[in-house]
Amino acid sequence: MDILNYAFMQRALLAALIVGVTAPAIGIYLVQRRQALMGDGIGHVALTGVGLGFLLNFSPVWVATAVAIAGSLAMELIRWYGKTRGDLALAMLFYGGMAGGVMLMNLSDAGSNANLSTYLFGSISTVSAQDMTMIYVLAALVLLITIGLRRQLFAVCQDEEFARVTGLPVRLLNLLIAITAAVTVTVAMRVVGLLLVSALMVIPVATAQQISRSFAVTFVVSIAVGVAVTLTGTATSYYVDVPSGATIVLFAIALFVLSTVLAAPLARRRAKAAAGAAGSAKGCTLEVPGSRTPADDVSV
Amino acid sequence: MDEPVVDLRGATASLGSRPVLRGVDLTVHRGEVVALLGANGSGKSTAVRSVIGQVPLTGGALSLFGTEFRRFRDWARIGYVPQRTTAAGGVPATVREVVSSGRLARTKLGVLRKADRAAVHRALELVGMADRARDSVNALSGGQHQRVLIARALAGEPELLIMDEPMAGVDLASQEVLASAVREQVAGGVTVLLVLHELGALEPLIDRAVVLRDGCVVHDGPPPEAVGQHALPGHDHVHPHADAAAEPMRTGLLT
Repeated sequence: MDILNYAFMQRALLAALIVGVTAPAIGIYLVQRRQALMGDGIGHVALTGVGLGFLLNFSPVWVATAVAIAGSLAMELIRWYGKTRGDLALAMLFYGGMAGGVMLMNLSDAGSNANLSTYLFGSISTVSAQDMTMIYVLAALVLLITIGLRRQLFAVCQDEEFARVTGLPVRLLNLLIAITAAVTVTVAMRVVGLLLVSALMVIPVATAQQISRSFAVTFVVSIAVGVAVTLTGTATSYYVDVPSGATIVLFAIALFVLSTVLAAPLARRRAKAAAGAAGSAKGCTLEVPGSRTPADDVSV
Repeated sequence: MDEPVVDLRGATASLGSRPVLRGVDLTVHRGEVVALLGANGSGKSTAVRSVIGQVPLTGGALSLFGTEFRRFRDWARIGYVPQRTTAAGGVPATVREVVSSGRLARTKLGVLRKADRAAVHRALELVGMADRARDSVNALSGGQHQRVLIARALAGEPELLIMDEPMAGVDLASQEVLASAVREQVAGGVTVLLVLHELGALEPLIDRAVVLRDGCVVHDGPPPEAVGQHALPGHDHVHPHADAAAEPMRTGLLT
């Protein structure tokens, strides 16, 4: 295992592990409330933060985090108040964030096109020791929220109206989801890149859904899938000279396809078991109605 | 002592620019079972949703359990069953997971203790879904979905149960289960406010009916008697040989 002898690869694998855990952990709530692409939107907006960081000569990662949080809060507010053209407002935010990032990066001295592509598509082997400190802090925050508040977040994402009538602070919890998603995007930025971040939030969850019936199992399995693909993807990118982000996402999609194929017989067996329990295993029989008049004597 | 549980006075509300409630008075006393009836678009659903604060009132006054709505925080006393769209979200969830979220109002920081798990199990038994607790809600029929949503409301052991069309699209077997679950709650002193399209299986339980038409109360008193074929509590003509698990066949027109 010579891969572990290099400090940069140790950091890369650790960062990959953390992203593999955190991205599906928040992603499951986004998928549950059918906002699977929110992570993608935040990724676009975060690019403006990266550009701004380069322009101001201040840590691009921290500025990106701040801008991503602002962007995710804006999306949440649009969801509340923008009743009619919410999707258009979101589109403005997405592409505005992207264009702003490219523009700011170009205006700064340090930012080059090469730099741009490391943020867009990830560059896991360039994760520095400072980056790691930040990744630890933010990942701890993400896990604290997604696991500690899992029942509350489950209720809000399952049925928002019911959660409000239960007396849960729904707005606060929604803002918390938005902030957590934004933080996760910037944590994952160096590993898979801003354009591929959303894939790690969504694909492991979609994979886990194929084989599970409960939220709890989906949660655990999606994190296992996330960790498996980030670690194998990172290791592969070390041995074969391929980009880590793309490798991770392609592995995730491969696992999804595999689970879909494997889940088909599982679903058949479950359906059979359910049919057996209902006592209709013998199949359908045609009942001949005795009379055209129902019991209540109202003719039809 | 005899403070009304729900006290809505002169309520007005609009959806967009369309006025939906135009001065509705609705009082529900402790232990009462009140049905809100009316045609589609009469404002019955809006009235009940304004009671739980999901539709803002543009005028009038509302108090719950004697507390002005603005100051009301005691949500654990209310169990709410929304009009069924689906109990399923974008991620699989078991029947027990969904019902457990109805217990959150009674927990501290969302930690489910032994008593909370017992309450969830009782609620599941009440609606006859305890044996399906570990199944995914995606695998349920419409009537079973509705039973899950009612169990979710009952898991919080509410004093006031508010239900929006609980019998819509529910098969006959489930209707009977639901009616007996509600009967048991009423016997235990629970107050019930429900929106109904037709009285149906719940008819014997209802103390009072409030009928809305175009956002105004046109009847407040004993449940209307069935008069002729188009009486308000429309009958579901269910064929006697229909399988218990099948959806009821409707003769049309009335529903």
